[in-house]
Amino acid sequence: MKIAHDNAERHVLTVTVDNEPGILAKITGLFTARGYNIDSLTVADISDDHAISRITIVTNGPPQVIDQIEAQLERLVPVHGVVDLTTAGSHVERELALIKVTGTGEARVEALRVADIFRASVVDTTTESFVFELTGAPDKIDSFIALMRELGLVEVGRSGIVGMLRGAEGS
Amino acid sequence: MQTAPEPSKTEKEEHVSDHPHPDNLKADQQSGAAILTQCLVDQGVEFVFGYPGGAVLPIYDELFGDERLRHILVRHEAGAAHAAEGYARATGKPGVVLVTSGPGATNAVTGIADAYMDSIPMVVITGQVPTGLIGTDAFQEADTVGITRHCTKHNYLVKDPAELQSVLEEAFRIATTGRPGPVVVDIPKDVQIAVPSRRITAKLTASHRYTPQMAAPAEQLIEAVEMIAAAERPIFYTGGGVINSGPEATRLLRQLQDITGAPVTSTLMGLGAFPSEHPDWLGMLGMHGTYEANLAMNKADVMVCIGARFDDRVTGKLDAFSPDSKKIHIDIDRSSINKTVPVELGIVGDCSTVLGQMIESWGARKPQDLGEWKARIAGWRARECLAYPEKSAKDPSAIMPQRAVERLHALTHKREPIITTEVGQHQMWAAQYFGFEQPNKWLTSGGLGTMGYGMPAAIGAQLGCPDALVIDIAGEASIQMNIQELGTASQYRLPVKIFILNNEYMGMVRQWQELTYESRYSNSYSDSLPDFVKLAEAYGWTGIRITEESELDAGIEAMLATDGPVIVDCMVAKDANCLPMIPSGAAHTEMLLYGDAHEGTMDDEAKALV
Repeated sequence: MKIAHDNAERHVLTVTVDNEPGILAKITGLFTARGYNIDSLTVADISDDHAISRITIVTNGPPQVIDQIEAQLERLVPVHGVVDLTTAGSHVERELALIKVTGTGEARVEALRVADIFRASVVDTTTESFVFELTGAPDKIDSFIALMRELGLVEVGRSGIVGMLRGAEGS
Repeated sequence: MQTAPEPSKTEKEEHVSDHPHPDNLKADQQSGAAILTQCLVDQGVEFVFGYPGGAVLPIYDELFGDERLRHILVRHEAGAAHAAEGYARATGKPGVVLVTSGPGATNAVTGIADAYMDSIPMVVITGQVPTGLIGTDAFQEADTVGITRHCTKHNYLVKDPAELQSVLEEAFRIATTGRPGPVVVDIPKDVQIAVPSRRITAKLTASHRYTPQMAAPAEQLIEAVEMIAAAERPIFYTGGGVINSGPEATRLLRQLQDITGAPVTSTLMGLGAFPSEHPDWLGMLGMHGTYEANLAMNKADVMVCIGARFDDRVTGKLDAFSPDSKKIHIDIDRSSINKTVPVELGIVGDCSTVLGQMIESWGARKPQDLGEWKARIAGWRARECLAYPEKSAKDPSAIMPQRAVERLHALTHKREPIITTEVGQHQMWAAQYFGFEQPNKWLTSGGLGTMGYGMPAAIGAQLGCPDALVIDIAGEASIQMNIQELGTASQYRLPVKIFILNNEYMGMVRQWQELTYESRYSNSYSDSLPDFVKLAEAYGWTGIRITEESELDAGIEAMLATDGPVIVDCMVAKDANCLPMIPSGAAHTEMLLYGDAHEGTMDDEAKALV
């Protein structure tokens, strides 16, 4: 008995929703119930009266599954709209990471030097540690973390992606 | 309650906008429970199917003596949910359920999930522990919105009594419009008691977040009618969406068929939308569909799916499903389109609206000559796939269950009965041998396949249609799943009839064990059955037993001649199988028919399919 797996592609979806209790559970539950993947998910309210939230979901799946995800999300009553940034056009993706590194001597100096190259800022320091803050595309953060691994990486926290279409038009 | 000291004249004027004099407020000063009952009345609700308990006592106190709403006391909350479904399916109006917190709500979940799968409009009011106790594992507390989140179209926990009215109004709108479905409104006990000083109306009644698309764009309709007009082998494949869309959709479907000449097949849920007496009716399609319907689907060049959803019971093996057809799919739910079967033209819209638009777009077009196509269909029809063996191989004197359904149809169809079913072989035999001419006469659990659906559904349908003949075609195993509802029918003097095809087996399980597990009948024998005649009598019903074929007509006539509720325990052949059948994972062309050998086993791939 073989279990089938499909070829997946990565998509970034933004979902605008009414900011009501249980909406996040509805959305994440939909993904688990229907067997869709969530690579990352971010959410925060975006309106003055805190009534509307924007969720950015990074998911992967074959094109027909991505289309189904969009349709299933739009079916939820509190969902106002879904935009697939990956198909909608050129877009930016940004993620924030906090990275704690410990070390002394040359490693500490090197960590600071690499952070400078990546334009990471130091948001906390002791004589033997730094906490760096880095914002950027996910692969930039990936490579920064890979370099820090050799220089005393202790802890990583990442926000997940927030994305937006380029250009003057709102999505 | 606090009594404020009499304010001075100037203060009184200042306060007037926030705290009007009690006399001016009387109409608005209602408790949450009173707001709820008023909303139900305003929504035109006739019946509330429910069961009381601690967390809904304030609502039950409101119902006490209220002549505007009729509360139907069921014997188990599952019965309430299915009765509401039956009422909704038979009348087209939303079914309303009222149950208490915790076990009351969880008992109703099966019926809620059933309504979700079959798109039945239903509003379920559940009591909840007081807001201060939520999350503390209080007595009879369950996370009702959490539990029902994925089996409702939408659900609410109302924590502010000021929101109650607008939530209920939106709940009814969501349940009944677009693709209908169940909506749960969970109301904590303190919210039922509280008297809100204001009402929030604007926020939730705004329609920005929920606007189902009813009509289709004109260019899609032109494309659709041109595809149909060019077709040499067209077929209409219709589903429950046509019934849900209302009687107008049924009328328009018949009209569109008339001008295009396309033959029509239907899913289990769609039976009745197209008359079974019509020469272009192919019968039901799918796993237990007719030979002609399945072969026509397989050979068609243009398929028009109207309000159906390409369920696995319909398609069989997906990559062999209607391989040569261009497909048009009309559905009000965008997520149903391209879900399992990719289509050339997906049209999002309400069946009745879109069918009307299509008829208009068709104009004076003429269909292709379908003579050759119809001749091929006639050839498949001549196979007489529903011609079952005259006698049981193991017990030649036993009544064939198919014959029992045929006789039931013959003796009742003039009265246009409403038929409900449980789930299993009897359900499929009812679908195959009981012809339906009109919509809303066939109530069955299609998507979820819930045993125990039929009797409570019959109770709901009988309340909604008091003059109709309502018959639950049941199996001896299914009927026991909600047998307690016998008492509900007795209490409200509902003359429902239950016709049990008693083969002493969970017949469909037995049939699958015969097909796939070399007849190892693991736990599918209905042992220790009750005496259904005595059981009927114990509840004040009439019980009739039929054991010989010679008694069949007389037994049915006796059932029809009885004013009150009747159980007919019709003993049928134990070894009869439900055919035609497309085995798991097989294509429409690989049907098992009567006369084929089918006992044996299957490979793991086939066994893994449901």
